[in-house]
Amino acid sequence: MIDQAAEPRSCVGEGFLEELLDHPEGHDVLACMQCGTCSGSCPLGQSMEYPPRRMILQARRRDMQGVLSSPSVWMCVGCYTCTLRCPREIDLTDTLWPAVRDRALQEGIQPPPELQSALQNLYMYGNVLGKSPRKRLEWSRGLDVPVTDLSKEHVAVDVLWLVGCYPSYYPRNQVVSRHFARMMTRLGVSWGVLGVKEKSLGDCDRLFGEEGLFETLVETNKELFERQQFKTIVLLDPHSYRALEVFYPRYDAGFPAQHYTTFLADHLDQIRPLLTKPVEARVTYHDNCCVGRRCGCYDAPRALLEAIPGVELVEMERNRENALCCGGGGGGMWLDGHITEHGGKRLSDERIRQAAATGASMLAVSCPYELSRFEDSAKVAGLEDRLVVRDIIEMLAESMGLDERDNR
Amino acid sequence: MKIVVVLRQVPDLIEPLETNANETALNYEEAGFLVNESDEHALEQALLMAEAGAAEVAVVAFDFGDVETTLFAAAAKGVERIVTIAWDDSDPPLADVATVMLAETLKSLEPDCVLIGCQAHDELEGALGAKLAVALDMPYLGVVRGVECSQDDNVLSAFKEFPGAAKARFSVRLPAVLGILAADQPPRYVPVSRIRAAMKSAQFDEAEAEPIASRTAVRVNRIFLPDKGDGATMLEGSEQEVAEQIADILIEKGVLT
Amino acid sequence: MSQQDVMLVAEVEGGTISDSTMELMGAARHLAERTGGDVLAAILGTDGSSHAMRLAGADRILIVDDPLLAGYAPQPFLEALEAIVDRERPRVVVFASSTLGLDLAPSLAAKLQAPCIGNCRAFAIDQNSFKATCSFCAGKLMVEAETEASPTLVNVLPGAFHPAEQDGRGTVESVPVALGAGAICFEEMLPADAGDIDITQQDVLVSVGRGIQQEDNMEVAEELAEALEGALCASRPIVDQGWLPATRQVGKSGMIVKPRLYLALGISGAPEHVEGMAGAELTIAVNTDPEAPIFETADFGIELDVMDFVPELTEALKRKKVAH
Repeated sequence: MIDQAAEPRSCVGEGFLEELLDHPEGHDVLACMQCGTCSGSCPLGQSMEYPPRRMILQARRRDMQGVLSSPSVWMCVGCYTCTLRCPREIDLTDTLWPAVRDRALQEGIQPPPELQSALQNLYMYGNVLGKSPRKRLEWSRGLDVPVTDLSKEHVAVDVLWLVGCYPSYYPRNQVVSRHFARMMTRLGVSWGVLGVKEKSLGDCDRLFGEEGLFETLVETNKELFERQQFKTIVLLDPHSYRALEVFYPRYDAGFPAQHYTTFLADHLDQIRPLLTKPVEARVTYHDNCCVGRRCGCYDAPRALLEAIPGVELVEMERNRENALCCGGGGGGMWLDGHITEHGGKRLSDERIRQAAATGASMLAVSCPYELSRFEDSAKVAGLEDRLVVRDIIEMLAESMGLDERDNR
Repeated sequence: MKIVVVLRQVPDLIEPLETNANETALNYEEAGFLVNESDEHALEQALLMAEAGAAEVAVVAFDFGDVETTLFAAAAKGVERIVTIAWDDSDPPLADVATVMLAETLKSLEPDCVLIGCQAHDELEGALGAKLAVALDMPYLGVVRGVECSQDDNVLSAFKEFPGAAKARFSVRLPAVLGILAADQPPRYVPVSRIRAAMKSAQFDEAEAEPIASRTAVRVNRIFLPDKGDGATMLEGSEQEVAEQIADILIEKGVLT
Repeated sequence: MSQQDVMLVAEVEGGTISDSTMELMGAARHLAERTGGDVLAAILGTDGSSHAMRLAGADRILIVDDPLLAGYAPQPFLEALEAIVDRERPRVVVFASSTLGLDLAPSLAAKLQAPCIGNCRAFAIDQNSFKATCSFCAGKLMVEAETEASPTLVNVLPGAFHPAEQDGRGTVESVPVALGAGAICFEEMLPADAGDIDITQQDVLVSVGRGIQQEDNMEVAEELAEALEGALCASRPIVDQGWLPATRQVGKSGMIVKPRLYLALGISGAPEHVEGMAGAELTIAVNTDPEAPIFETADFGIELDVMDFVPELTEALKRKKVAH
């Protein structure tokens, strides 16, 4: 119930509730019964001054000043646990948090500096890393399969592959990109990339509250995609996949899209006979939040892993919809400093221990952020000799005998 | 107090820099541009001064490079008066031309205080602010890290950076030109939605400064990549391999005890 | 006086003639040998004669003493320099790239309608043509510039020239100039906050730059510093962000350090930073950009990601320390 009698206590955040209610999914906020399931489920809830429950309370009291200037605003890592478990099905992660952050930015509240840089980079260069757009195709230099650059030649392809920022620029991820290119070629899929014209899909910026930046990227991407002919878009990054699936249609920019795990699982009958070399390892799979909890896809990655000879798949205690987030989403990649400064912890540090507890020697992931996050956490936990982190693509490539060909 | 900030576009160093055919200038047509960092600090300093008391802020910029992005961001940060100086050449104005045209424009705005970054990485002939000051017949203080307003609207305190992380406080009787190194806080973030809103509503005034020919006595003979012949010995290998090499070098040199 | 003279503008730092002034002396002597003219050292202040000894390498030491020159003040300093240049008509006037030099050179140049050239690493004079080689675009490029106009005013980069010997027979002259106070006045010097360590006294420095990306990542650098029993320092952008105090800033506007070992992590090597650490005995730079100017200054270069490499180095060092 909205407290109609409450006087607004300050001008900061004034009208926030009305704005939120205007939002398509925002109205559900009125259904909140303050049960606290969200705050209790949130992996960082204990460190937040204003976990979701309190945020809603303050919004309904029309007293947002404390919330907006609180460090809590920048502590959500977009894991969707609260959203999944909310008995009233309130769209917390995708509606409440971005609205709060957007309002904070509008009020002139400065986000943590690392986040600012990421946003500036996205705005100026179309990638969060602040790398030169002209070098976006460097990952493919010397690649032993042909790369169709759709920004230069207009051909119809089966797959428009949006490589992504980290997979394009970050050395650890570039290995995965190269393998994926080989894999698609091996499967006889006709594919193309956008080369140096490719830009981030956004989504992280949307979750940061940068609706304006997201819109800018949607417009640019819509124009880029409309000029191409393809059957489906495939993405390595689950966050980008979700953006395309869920939010782009709201801007009339919907395109058929698949995360690579679904795409490869669809081709499993073709892939299976190619998996000739065993990968002898006890493997545990980390469900990433976007493909997992948000989109409900838990089986495709497991099907791929189980197809690899030699792999013994074991589950962590917290798996599928209960998986613990690695902490990289929602801007988390740039918020570790802020989070630890305010009493939180790096979630990947906890998750790597959970992976090790299964007795697995290999942690399989399917999100570009996770490779570096988990490898880092493994070092911190002193586990790097016992537990290696691999993208599913790398494991499939090894089994297909593709990895020997990376002679860069 | 009327503050005018000069915002310049500089080549973005994130892109590989190319020279023109005869190597006497950068190939500006291929370069990316962004706002000069210390000019952005100058803007931030001006905004802080405006927030502290009675001061209006105006911005002047040559219509060059990616200036629209810069100016819409300035508008989104609250600058109401933005003046552009028309410039058709793909090469930016040389220092003497920029000085004359900026001075002409600034004079028409009657500023009490001109803030400009004290350095720009494509500046060959010394701080533009210093030259601008002479053209405006105002005094100049550069390498300024922080400005404070005072009770007296005609007097400011400016903090000039000195070696060893020291600062000297200067009293500045206006009008004056200050060359800013860094503002009291880093340039503020402004949400893109505000910038997009500014794109729809912000109006820029165009100055009537006539372009003039440069009479600079300085000729650029050649622009070239620095010779790395004497540079670092690059160590190759994996992280572990290089780490071993370095550790061995340090032991050998007696640095690691 | 002669059209062939080379004048340097001397500066006093911490009560004595600055190191960069001695480099200017070397630069000026180098030029004067070509032009056949004299080296003139101009010193402005209230006690110029007390510094004359250190400036004895010049042929003539020109002193302007005036209470208005007690602390830096743009207008009286410019008036004094203008008067000297007018009187002596040197061919070239060299300034340090210091907080004063960067203000004075272009201001004086504008007043005299003379050319000013900044970031100069080397120069030569041939007949009447003055040629300078300058750093450009944060050290990523070099420029060769030329001018026949006299006087030419130049800001010289630190470390570009060797300091001159102090011996000499320089004559001392007092130059009387009528000066006005001007609208900008020195009020007080505010030293750096005490209480932090003095990085100029450290043997080993681990320095972080923009390439460290996140404040959180500095931990990795701290661990390395600990393993080496050194201290953490940074380039200006890190201090601007507030990640480290100003006392840890290395560079033109921070500290000048001369440690035995300087590890530059994610630092591009712009001239303003290099100025602060070029005197290090051994420099090792880690940067993913092979074009980063730091690789010109460093002794060893590593083209790897700081966050991937540094923990390995810390690890290797710890192991070797135990074994040693």
